[in-house]
Amino acid sequence: MMRPGSEAELADAVAGATGPLRVIGGGTRDIGAPVDGDVLSAAGLSGISLYEPGALTLVAAAGTPLADIEAALASEGQRLAFEPMDHRGLLGTTGVPTIGGVVAANVSGPRRIQAGACRDSALGVRFVDGRGRVLKNGGRVMKNVTGYDLVKLLAGSWGTLGVLSEVSLKVQAIPETEATLVAQGLSAQDGVAALSAALGSPFDVTGAAWLSDTGEARVRIEGLAASVAYRLKQMGAEICAGWDVYEGVASAALWQEVRDVTPLSGQAGTVWRVSVKPTDAPALLNALGDPQAICDWGGGLVWLLMPEGGDGGAAAVRGAVARLGGHATLVRGSAETRRAVSVFQPEEAGVARITAGLRAQFDPRGILNPGLMG
Amino acid sequence: MDMPPPSPTVLAKKARILDRLRTVLPADAVIGDEAETRAYECDALTAYRCPPLAAVLPASTNEVAAVLKICHEENVPVVPRGAGTSLAGGALPTADSVILGVARMNAVLETDYENRFVRVQTGRTNLSVTGAVEEMDFFYAPDPSSQLACAIAGNIAMNSGGAHCLKYGVTTNNLLGVTLVTMEGEVVEIGGAHLDAGGLDLLGLICGSEGQLGVVTEATLRILRKPEGARPVLIGYDDIVVAGECVSDIIKSGILPVAIEFMDRPCIRATEAFAGAGYPDCEALLIVEVEGSEEEIAAQLERIVAIAKTHNPVELRESGSPEESAKIWLGRKSAFGAMGQINDYMCLDGTIPVSQLPLVLRRIGEMSKEFGLDVGNVFHAGDGNMHPLILFDANKPGDLEKCEAFGAEILKLCVEVGGCLTGEHGVGIEKRDLMVTQYEADDLDIQMAVKDVFDPKWLLNPAKVFPLQSSETRRIAAE
Ligand SMILES: Cc1cc2nc3c(=O)[nH]c(=O)nc-3n(C[C@H](O)[C@H](O)[C@H](O)COP(=O)(O)OP(=O)(O)OC[C@H]3O[C@@H](n4cnc5c(N)ncnc54)[C@H](O)[C@@H]3O)c2cc1C
Repeated sequence: MMRPGSEAELADAVAGATGPLRVIGGGTRDIGAPVDGDVLSAAGLSGISLYEPGALTLVAAAGTPLADIEAALASEGQRLAFEPMDHRGLLGTTGVPTIGGVVAANVSGPRRIQAGACRDSALGVRFVDGRGRVLKNGGRVMKNVTGYDLVKLLAGSWGTLGVLSEVSLKVQAIPETEATLVAQGLSAQDGVAALSAALGSPFDVTGAAWLSDTGEARVRIEGLAASVAYRLKQMGAEICAGWDVYEGVASAALWQEVRDVTPLSGQAGTVWRVSVKPTDAPALLNALGDPQAICDWGGGLVWLLMPEGGDGGAAAVRGAVARLGGHATLVRGSAETRRAVSVFQPEEAGVARITAGLRAQFDPRGILNPGLMG
Repeated sequence: MDMPPPSPTVLAKKARILDRLRTVLPADAVIGDEAETRAYECDALTAYRCPPLAAVLPASTNEVAAVLKICHEENVPVVPRGAGTSLAGGALPTADSVILGVARMNAVLETDYENRFVRVQTGRTNLSVTGAVEEMDFFYAPDPSSQLACAIAGNIAMNSGGAHCLKYGVTTNNLLGVTLVTMEGEVVEIGGAHLDAGGLDLLGLICGSEGQLGVVTEATLRILRKPEGARPVLIGYDDIVVAGECVSDIIKSGILPVAIEFMDRPCIRATEAFAGAGYPDCEALLIVEVEGSEEEIAAQLERIVAIAKTHNPVELRESGSPEESAKIWLGRKSAFGAMGQINDYMCLDGTIPVSQLPLVLRRIGEMSKEFGLDVGNVFHAGDGNMHPLILFDANKPGDLEKCEAFGAEILKLCVEVGGCLTGEHGVGIEKRDLMVTQYEADDLDIQMAVKDVFDPKWLLNPAKVFPLQSSETRRIAAE
């Protein structure tokens, strides 16, 4: 394993590579088609180089443990707005999640519907492309339209376009309080309809999920204590009449569970992550014979537990998604399944041609996580 | 401002190009007459003008595709155009180019309140997107000051922002999908009503690509339910450093205002003379707006006022009614107009880390004396996006050049302190040659390599964004 300690060493490692590289951060997000190659770890690049709470910005080396970043932010009453999932429980991996891994995988949790995805908080990147060049794009300011936005392109490129060496992020103040409204025993249809109503209210909902095993719908509100109290009252009177209220840590625990897809962890089967138009979620579940599922993002993000055998549900899931529109990713599956089926959503011809063209430019030798995204 | 010389080959076959375009568009959608092409000679950066070879006004994605196919075959450069309000010269033609205007494509294709999106043709103006969903109390959040005129097409190409983006983000954060027509005339769907990309985030790449990667004909936009209400507070300080500290303290406090706007003394005086909003005569003025129900607004404003007071303001005026709110916003909203009354002005758009505000404002003041040109500052303080307005006299020989040199120095300073050349207006031709101050040659090369993928012949808006020298080999190889 190569574990460069500086950006220059990282560039040398890529430039000097003679075959495929398996790029990792903390190695906790083993997702995608298995890659055979020398392991190149970014974990040696570590440390927060700039943190300005008054400007809501933080810059860190890509290998910085996520926990270090969250601790630094918490000490100033701040956090990452996009609430990144910890994949270790679901995937059964060990290791230390890094901020570079979070950005490379565009990992975004329940608050994505209100505060944006990881890519929306990413302000700048430094990275090493497949030629071994050190490149930068974006910066450390919140508004920046100087040239093309390669930050978004790199976020969610899973190390296939470049190896991140540094990321800069917009951060958010932790609100004074949070509370969650909870109802039990709702069908997928009724649950998602309630979430839509909540998200269509003026009350600035920051989490909206439905869990199939209990038929539980959850709606989160955050803000100043007076504000949260007011909105709970309003929502309790209208959209969420009769729902239970969980406050503070009890509320937070409910969202950690959704964020980390805890109900599907430790259960046999493949796990799919599907992005659809929110009101299509019930039809998706119905088409698949109502598997166990968590519908986050008001229904727009569906986590599915499918049988491990055969293609791990690929044909069924992809067929349903093709009819509805959206995309599906096989997040958990055996190495054989991930080799046999396309883990990421197959692309239409026009998009596929653009994608292939970009890969040829960023990584002309095809050495960065080759094949991981298909 | 240099532009590449027009291609004699293209100029020579103008008649043939027009004939071919008329085979795919109705007669009134192809404009070749010199008196009429003049209407497209510039955008809002009016110092630079050049009538195009022709202008076309297609009415559908298919017509756009047909036009691009012909231009591709004929090797004619194409400059996409929305409403022509770019302040960066993004829609400036060259004499050998075809202007492709999407103004006739302004339909709303789909509204979906349950899933909170609207799909429109991109010639639709920004404000009329909100207009289409207002009856259900929804709105489209990005609100550039030009929103009455500018089109979604230009908003996507420039990744435009607005006064309320501190809370709601800019265009890229509110864009769900696009229909893109490539220079070869291929129609590609990217994104849709669902969130985020299944593969590489091409949507994020296209937003802000200044019409260089493809023509965007349709867009799926996120809409939001309107807040119950909104109210601003006006805070005046006698020291810009202190005003900057106040901004930073508000941000740190955990309250998220929808807007924090800043004006300095020259700007306050100009707007007072023009609009008479009753602003105090002080060094720095902040307008902070919060949203929510009446109780929520009151609770947030109470906190903000408490923070403001710790910095000893010379004026503190909380709006108590819609009329008072309008009055507080009046001066800010007329700032550009007010400066325009005094003289011609150039509006810059660099962004800086908020912590560098005092330093940068002081240096701009010093440079103003060195160059002998007045400057007023009005900007989005919450996110550090500055808008220095440099006053000059377009009729005075040499003044424009002096103004541009001054502007370039300010932008270099923005980069030096950790910021960037442009926060929302885009690079266009205006900041093209300054790109080298922010990016190394390799950083520009990888961006140009992206254009190679989408537009190998470099026909789409070719002389923008990248310094002419940097893009020269590519543009020439493509000819
Ligand atoms: C008074 C005033 C105030 C302004 N305030 C703001 C503000 O607050 N915030 C802000 O961000 N900007 C502001 N602007 C700048 C301007 O309004 C924005 O950049 C706007 O988005 C441009 O839209 P447009 O439709 O006029 O685009 P145009 O000027 O027509 O074109 C802009 C760019 O978009 C490209 N383009 C146009 N259509 C397409 C298409 N269909 N496909 C691909 N590319 C295309 C063009 O080639 C060009 O590069 C302001 C301008 C003025 C004059």
